[in-house]
Amino acid sequence: MVWQRSRIRLDADNRAFWTGGAQGHLNIARCDDCGGFIHPPRAICRHCQSENVAPCAVSGRAVIDSYTINHQKWAPDMEVPFVIARVRLDDAPDVFLTTNIVGCPIESVDIGDRVRVVFEEQDGIWYPLFEKAA
Amino acid sequence: MAREAYITGIGMSEVGVRLTRSPLGLTLDAIREAAADAGLTLGQIDGVSTYPGKMPSFLGFSPVGVDEVIEVCGLRTRWHTGAAEATAQLGAIIDAAAAVRSGQARHVICFRTVYEAAALARPEEFPALERRKDVTGNSQWVSPFGAFSAACWTAQFATRHMKLYGMTREQLAQVALNDHRNAALNPRAIVRQPLTMESYMAARMISTPFCLYDCDRFTDASTVVIVSAGDALDEVRAAPVRIAASAGSVERYSWDQAEWASAYPTGRDLWKNTDYTAADVDTVQLYDGFAFQPITWLEGLGFCEVGEGHRFIEGGTRIALDGELPMNTGGGQLGWGRLHGFGYAYESVVQLRGQGGARQIKGDPRVAVATSGGGPMAAALLLARD
Repeated sequence: MVWQRSRIRLDADNRAFWTGGAQGHLNIARCDDCGGFIHPPRAICRHCQSENVAPCAVSGRAVIDSYTINHQKWAPDMEVPFVIARVRLDDAPDVFLTTNIVGCPIESVDIGDRVRVVFEEQDGIWYPLFEKAA
Repeated sequence: MAREAYITGIGMSEVGVRLTRSPLGLTLDAIREAAADAGLTLGQIDGVSTYPGKMPSFLGFSPVGVDEVIEVCGLRTRWHTGAAEATAQLGAIIDAAAAVRSGQARHVICFRTVYEAAALARPEEFPALERRKDVTGNSQWVSPFGAFSAACWTAQFATRHMKLYGMTREQLAQVALNDHRNAALNPRAIVRQPLTMESYMAARMISTPFCLYDCDRFTDASTVVIVSAGDALDEVRAAPVRIAASAGSVERYSWDQAEWASAYPTGRDLWKNTDYTAADVDTVQLYDGFAFQPITWLEGLGFCEVGEGHRFIEGGTRIALDGELPMNTGGGQLGWGRLHGFGYAYESVVQLRGQGGARQIKGDPRVAVATSGGGPMAAALLLARD
């Protein structure tokens, strides 16, 4: 896929998520008081309302919760078909990420597949994509 | 005894694709029709409610605000709201019901105006939503991955139903087939012809398992429902339909963090404040912006078990006009057009009054369910002629 991905407006809440890939990190906001993960990231914990929240680098291992093979060109430069998936993170099991599954034939993707994060950088944003784990 | 709220008037503009009449003009058409239907003058209207309110960044999606309706209709209102953060589209009607029950208004115009087809054709007047620059809010979690459309988000819930419960495309197809069959009997629907299973199976894919016929299409229209207080019924002419119960909920304020569609908790909640049960319902008008959504509503409302919705509609006879639970009798959004939620309330009233003409269901229908929303936010109305 080579289309121009949506350019994110970075702010205090989302910067660690969208730039962590530069260090190879998939950063998910985590509460230092209750240990819960907060996604989408915010400065206040959604589990205990603590403000003691910081980015936490998780392993990047995940499992495919569901997926769709997108055939529609929503933008002129979009190369179709491709796989859009929702993955459940191993280390933060109540957090889902919408992503693309890359590096494999689209028809080989299924629910329950083990995947791991790979980053694609465009203009300083590090988009977390996932590929099948060996 | 608690005060009651009733739907006393319904109206709709011309429904079409790339209409040239202005969105405010369409809204006025629908308001006039609803007021005449109720037997009310505009001078008797003292409340306005809409979903979601005017959206300057996305005018095709919502081109008209409460302020313009108050101005052009010369209304003297005592209560109004634009329910952008309400529990899905029908939340605007639920809010109006609360307003009349508490005495804040007597007759409330509730409207939903859509102009997505015309806006696409006239981008100089109605700029398209910018999806790829300066993305913020919930869009940032989906659009970078090409998931620009709710089709891609909803499709993943449907894929999971196929994997977990064995739903097939032939079963899913019954939603579109039923919608097309009913729309062909509805003079206001944009679809004029029934659809065959062969055409359905041959249609191009949008986002698996959704093909072209599983997705509603951009439509230009305005739909109006007038909600009146129980102690103001002597001022109206039409047979009132009582808002017997309502429910609305949000799983998570996010399409991809919600593990299940909000139709499940909302469907369960609808029965908590009423003596009616699912067995009393004569017809269901279930949100179907995408064909999978009515399946979640049938399961959530308790017409069948979770994971059984696709078998409930299999073959299409049960949900047909002459079936045991006629569904989306006006054609739903796949057949009537993307009226965006309000069409389900409108059609419920048509059926409960016996005004459906060629699409009127048999017998003496008294109870209907109308729903809106198909993802993490949902709202439902139980409507009764009692």
